[in-house]
Amino acid sequence: MEVKDANAALLSNFEVFQLLTDLKQQRKESGKNKQSSGQQNLNTIMYETLKYISKTPCRYQSPETVRDFLIAMKGHKLTKAEKLQLLNHRPVTAVEIQLMVEESEERLTEEQIESLLQTVTSILPGDPEEQQRDLAMATDDKGDQA
Amino acid sequence: MFVLVEMTDTVRIPPWQFERKLNESIAEELNKKLANKVVYNVGLCICLYDITKLEDSYIFPGDGASHTKVHFRYVVFHPFLDEILIGQIKSCSQDGVHVSIGFFDDIVIPPESLQQPAKFDEAEQVWVWEYETEEGAHDLYMDIGEEIRFRVVDETFVDTSPTGPSSAEASTSNTTEEVQKKEAPYTLVGSISEPGLGLLSWWTNS
Repeated sequence: MEVKDANAALLSNFEVFQLLTDLKQQRKESGKNKQSSGQQNLNTIMYETLKYISKTPCRYQSPETVRDFLIAMKGHKLTKAEKLQLLNHRPVTAVEIQLMVEESEERLTEEQIESLLQTVTSILPGDPEEQQRDLAMATDDKGDQA
Repeated sequence: MFVLVEMTDTVRIPPWQFERKLNESIAEELNKKLANKVVYNVGLCICLYDITKLEDSYIFPGDGASHTKVHFRYVVFHPFLDEILIGQIKSCSQDGVHVSIGFFDDIVIPPESLQQPAKFDEAEQVWVWEYETEEGAHDLYMDIGEEIRFRVVDETFVDTSPTGPSSAEASTSNTTEEVQKKEAPYTLVGSISEPGLGLLSWWTNS
């Protein structure tokens, strides 16, 4: 066996999630006539990886949201690795942005960090229950003020 | 977290599988060989992404099976340096905090990379961050099962292929302590010594 290129491309968690769910679907459809002895490793790794990725924000993403996100990120001048981390983690606080973007104090002003956070939270879908809860809390506050 | 790796290999298909489509048999064989295995200096292989090229299949004398050279791409877990990951604390010991991601367990955060000052609580066998504020010191415990955000600072690949009988002398001189037969082929070293890193509960506003 030969490794031609150990770094041909970076994959986002969402792409791996899609690939594994499609593979799982395929294997379910093709029935259980394959010998499962050799497949145990594949089953294990698929199950564990799917379990892990399902707990990240990637499960709410779709190819369109990823495309929109990358188009929106063009203006911010971030490296590929930084954009990938933002896509995988969906940070909501400035501290998280500082972790993922190198030298963020020198490259981004506070307003730019705010606008980055806004772009991330608006384009990438988060947990729908959490978002509903936040909305409910916001309308409650408005009710109290009025 | 995941990368695509281009590889080539010669796949052997036994005669009783000739009725199946070649692509399917090859995909199954590749997954059987590589899934959940660590390739030296590459990473932990997850699953096959696609087959880019199939060369001609040959049958050699003495073996009824066909041999096909395959060019394919495989999804591999290989976080890049300084990447931020979220995992679960598996256990704590004197040599640091052990973190797991479910499908990958060999991640360790050594004591010097913890949020300082930190001490090891012998009674509960957990590491504690002694967080100081004006009111006094808070002891933040790093309990098992907690979600933790860390940065990857180093990776180590160990070649675990079996050494032949002739090098038995060499191997005993290498390991002065008791031989650990199960050495992890791929380990990651993490760090949580920056603001924002550590248990997720330490940094959430709500």
